[in-house]
Amino acid sequence: MNRVEIITTTKRFLSEEFEVEETEIEDANNLQKTLDLDSLDYVDLVVVIEENLGFKPTSDDFKGIKTFSDFFDLAEKKFAEKS
Amino acid sequence: MERRVVITGIGLYSCIGIGKENVLESLRNGKSGIIYEKEREEFGYRSPLTGMVEGPDLKPYLSRRERIGMHQPAMFAYMATREALEQAKLDVDFLSENETGIIYGNDSTAGAVIETIDKVRARKDTTLIGSGDIFQNMNCTVNMNLSTIYKLKGINITLSAACASGSHSIGMGYLLIKQGLQERIVCGGAQEINKYSMASFDGLGAFSIRFDDPTKACRPFDANRDGLVPSGGAATIIIESLESALERGAPILGEIIGYGFSSNGEHISNPNFDGQYRSLKMALKQANISADEVDYVNAHATSTPVGDSMEAQAIHAVLGSDVPVSSTKSMTGHECWMAGASEVAYSLLMMENNFIAPNINFETPDEDSKKINVISEYTEKKIDCFLSNSFGFGGTNSSLIIKKFVK
Repeated sequence: MNRVEIITTTKRFLSEEFEVEETEIEDANNLQKTLDLDSLDYVDLVVVIEENLGFKPTSDDFKGIKTFSDFFDLAEKKFAEKS
Repeated sequence: MERRVVITGIGLYSCIGIGKENVLESLRNGKSGIIYEKEREEFGYRSPLTGMVEGPDLKPYLSRRERIGMHQPAMFAYMATREALEQAKLDVDFLSENETGIIYGNDSTAGAVIETIDKVRARKDTTLIGSGDIFQNMNCTVNMNLSTIYKLKGINITLSAACASGSHSIGMGYLLIKQGLQERIVCGGAQEINKYSMASFDGLGAFSIRFDDPTKACRPFDANRDGLVPSGGAATIIIESLESALERGAPILGEIIGYGFSSNGEHISNPNFDGQYRSLKMALKQANISADEVDYVNAHATSTPVGDSMEAQAIHAVLGSDVPVSSTKSMTGHECWMAGASEVAYSLLMMENNFIAPNINFETPDEDSKKINVISEYTEKKIDCFLSNSFGFGGTNSSLIIKKFVK
C-alpha cells in the first residue's frame, strides 16, 4: 500500500469502527481526541489496524503518534519494512 | 420497621411481543412465539424448536462504547429496562442522583463466549479479541452494562439461580427494600437465544419433538406433553418502596406481599414435591394470606412430564382445586433465566386488564392436572392477587405473591 491507499483505507475503517465522519480524519487532527479513545478503545484500535492494514502497532508505536499524519507515517514505515 | 414494596414499571422483550402492548395482545389471543429453527437442526439439535425474538438495533439509543460490551442478554435486557424505566417515570438524571440498585437474573453467556473463543482459535492471538468481549462473556453482563448506562449507585449483583433467576431477583430486591436498605431496584431476567446456549440442554432429551406444528409443541399440564421448548428475551420489573413511589407520583402496578423460597437438596435436574410445597407454603405465610385469597396462579409448568406433575400436586396440596392456573410457557416456551420475571410481568398485565391468559394446548388432563383448575381459554376474571412459581435445576424454588395495590 502506498500513502494514498493507506489514508483512504484508514479513513474508511476508523470511521466505521469509531463512528466518526471520514472528513474528521485529517492529517493535522489529533487521533486520540478525534476518535474519542479511552484505554479500552486502544485495544480495538489495534484490532482494526491489524485487520485492515496487516500490522499490529505496539504501545511504543503509539507513544509517537499524536496526529493522523503521525499514524500514516507509521503505517508507511511498516509497509516499507515488510517489502 | 418493615416497608411496603410496590412495582412501578415493567418492560418486555419477548417472543410473544416486543413491548407491553404487543405482549398483552398475544396473551389475550393465546398466540404462540414458537418456531422451528432450521439452523439448529443443521447444528445437531435433537429438537430445533425455540421461541424466537430478533436482536434489537441499539445504535439509535447507545454509543459505540455502551454497545460494545453487549451480547444478547444485555441487549435484550436493555430494551426491556428502557421500557420499564419509562413507565416508572425514571430517567438517568434521576437515577444518577438517587440511589437505585440492580439485581438482574442471568445464568449464561454461551453465545458470547463461543464467539470470543472462535476468534482466538482463528487468529491465535488474544490481543485481537477486542475490548468488548470480556463484558459480554461474564455472567454479570446485564448488570455491568445497565448499571453503567443508567448510572446506578445502589446494590449491583447478578442473580444466577437457573430457571428461577428472574423470580429470585425480584424476591431478593423485595427483601432489601422491605428492610429499608434500598429505595428502588431494577430487577429482571435475561435469556440468550442462540444455538450455542441450549445445545447441552437439548442433549438431555428434555425438549419437545412435536415438529408438525411448533405452536402446539409446548403443552404444559396436558397428558400428551413430551418436553419443553426453550426460548428467551428479557423482562424488567422496577420495584420500590411505597413511600418512594408515592413521592415520585409513579404508577403503582402491584404490591409484592410474599416471597417463598426453598432448595430441594436432592437430584440436580429432577424436581420434587417437597421443595415446591415448602416454597408455596412460605410465600403464603410471608404474605399472611389464606390460600383462597389467591385469584390466579401463573405456574412454572414447562411441559415436561415429571415437572408439571410435581407442580400440579404442590398447587393442589397448598392452594386446592379451584384456583385458576395457567402456564404462559404454553405460548412463550421456557424463557429460563428470564421466566420468573417475565411471568410476573405477564401476570401483572392480566391483573391490570382483568383476564387470565390461556394455557394453550391443554386438551387432555392427566391424573395430576385433573386435580387443579387449568384454564385453557381466554377467561375474563378480576384478579386481586396472584402467585407466580419458578423452579430451576439444582432444585432452586421461588414463589412470589403480588396483589393489587390498595392504599
